[in-house]
Amino acid sequence: MKLTGAEIFVESLKKEGVDTVFGFPGGAVIHIYDKLFDSDINHYLARHEQAAVHAADGYARSSGKVGVALVTSGPGATNTVTGIATAYMDSIPIVVFTGQVPTALIGNDAFQEADIVGITRPCTKHNYLVKDVKDLPKIIKEAFHVAASGRPGPVLIDIPKDVLMASTEFNYPETYTMRSYKPTLEGHKGQIQKALKAIHKAKKPVIYAGGGVILSGASKELTKFAKKLNIPVTTTLMGLGGFPGTDPLFMGMLGMHGTYAANMATSHCDILIAIGSRFDDRVTGKISEFAPDATIIHIDIDPTSISKNVKVDIPIVGDVKHVLNKAFDIMKTEKPPKTDPYKEWREDVDKWENAHKLGYKHTKTKTKPQYVVERLFELTKGDAIITTEVGQNQMWAAQFYKYNHPRSFLTSGGLGTMGYGFPAAIGAQVAFPDKTVIDIAGDGSIQMNIQELATVKQYRLPVKIAILNNGFLGMVRQWQQLFFNKRYSSTCLEVQPDFVKLAEAYGVVGLRSESPADVDDVIKEALATKHPVVMDFVVDREENIYPMVPSGASLKEMLLV
Amino acid sequence: MRHVISVLVENEFGVLSRISGLFSGRGFNIESLCVAETLDPDVSKMTIVTRGSDEIVEQITKQLRKLITVIKVTDFTGTDYIDRELILVKVKANDDTRSEVLSITDIFRAKVVDVSPTAYTIELTGDQNKISAILELFKPIGVVEIVSSGTIAIARSDKSAKK
Repeated sequence: MKLTGAEIFVESLKKEGVDTVFGFPGGAVIHIYDKLFDSDINHYLARHEQAAVHAADGYARSSGKVGVALVTSGPGATNTVTGIATAYMDSIPIVVFTGQVPTALIGNDAFQEADIVGITRPCTKHNYLVKDVKDLPKIIKEAFHVAASGRPGPVLIDIPKDVLMASTEFNYPETYTMRSYKPTLEGHKGQIQKALKAIHKAKKPVIYAGGGVILSGASKELTKFAKKLNIPVTTTLMGLGGFPGTDPLFMGMLGMHGTYAANMATSHCDILIAIGSRFDDRVTGKISEFAPDATIIHIDIDPTSISKNVKVDIPIVGDVKHVLNKAFDIMKTEKPPKTDPYKEWREDVDKWENAHKLGYKHTKTKTKPQYVVERLFELTKGDAIITTEVGQNQMWAAQFYKYNHPRSFLTSGGLGTMGYGFPAAIGAQVAFPDKTVIDIAGDGSIQMNIQELATVKQYRLPVKIAILNNGFLGMVRQWQQLFFNKRYSSTCLEVQPDFVKLAEAYGVVGLRSESPADVDDVIKEALATKHPVVMDFVVDREENIYPMVPSGASLKEMLLV
Repeated sequence: MRHVISVLVENEFGVLSRISGLFSGRGFNIESLCVAETLDPDVSKMTIVTRGSDEIVEQITKQLRKLITVIKVTDFTGTDYIDRELILVKVKANDDTRSEVLSITDIFRAKVVDVSPTAYTIELTGDQNKISAILELFKPIGVVEIVSSGTIAIARSDKSAKK
């Protein structure tokens, strides 16, 4: 049967099991929207293309499925770039479809034309320009495979309008043949044996786990591995939830705003087991003083991550889940040690933990932002999906909410995109309609995608937004306070909307907490309703996030409360 | 250190920009780059010459392998390989220098491919040393223009008798 390009688009998505698309229409994709009108695919109309991509990203991060976004050509396409770069830095599987001007007009500066394939080449895992409708099914098949496999990432498909209108015989390929793309999943057995031997010989091991654990679906395996060997665990921002946050072996996050214990343990360990993490500069601090005495084992699916920043002693290229399962097979043949070999080391870690716990000074007059996050944790029983914006709100959300489950903490770790949290929460809420989804936001970040209040209202998505409102671009202000002699250049948000009234203008519930005594009431009221709610928490304006490793310093040089 | 890297890629539009973008995005320079179809018209072979420390070049080759359209990457450095470059060079020629140009051309087994009253155009194939040697000799005489193909390279066949 002959189908048009637009029909092929819809049918191919169905074949890929896609039932949800986030998008924004326009002239170049009007034929697709006409077909979507009658299809079973649920289309969520965002109010800005960037938000559509973040929503697809949040959908992917929370569910593990591939997220899909659909936008028009030109400005529609360029508006997706931040969303795509966000997904790229955090290895999130999404497929973004952009409309394009008709093939005959490409390169002619046609109306709403942009070379989006050229623009997104460095921030996609791969991208395609479809020049012939006959290629469309094969490209869609490949795109979904590339996005989800290996080290996942965003893939963009640019479809000119005439390709959407042209017809061809539709046969969706059952398989893909890509001679040039074969990710390594199985780790090398010899390397795994070597790693285990080194671990058994070590006295002071640390597991440093990252987002790869969550992407690989290996949280159970990681937990089993750490508990079996009794090794303390730290995770990166992206790894939060990959290991239970309330487990006694968990030291908290490491890095610039990591815990004292995690940073000290990493600095003093004799073996560092990096699992699905990539030695980001926010994690390592001064690279020459990062885990200086440690043998470094690195498990990662992406060979380019290995020895990129830190020289690795025992690299294992493979999928975390496969590698850990292979390690368990090898461990079965080993004799278990008679005594716990790392007991003394864990006692050292405990000492560090007790020396400087994460904390803040609670007051009765001024609400501390940390207190709000703590109460959110208590009152949701740790069972919510938390998304964040970027800055202090993100770090407090990372430190004071405890994540016991993978895919329950969605944050823009790599790119650090302000405006990510709210649309990502929309994506997560669509994937899990019955779960509590909360965006922990700052008053600066939330305004970068505030227009999506219309989206949550339209689709009755009960997303909760908790604004930690300090009237500042807080993280930059903190840097200015500490390193620029309190010269608050352009970080004071002197004019702010009334967030309660703003919420109400969109037909959404707005609640305000002025003092610590209000915090619980506001959270409880918000959690009790089935509607979207904006919670405006007026917090201590100049509260800082600690510990803090100044940029370029070693992890041991923490500024503490 | 100079590295000669051979890259087998899918022969489709955009491949060249993916590869050059990978270099430019990391601030690495490409010294020369040659691309042409192989016997299989769906596949092209690129020879890229770049400079950098071993760590940088290792990172480059890994990044190249990561590109979806790249089939195979070989860094020839430290292996046994043959590399060649083709140049066309226009050398000033008058009554005093004509015979010298011709004899240099002869010594290097180069070829005169065009003659005018004021210049010879000479074609030469060779490795980098040979090319720079002939150019050193032509420079004092007067090089008007030069165009070079950039380096292409191929691994030497296994010389041992057993398979």
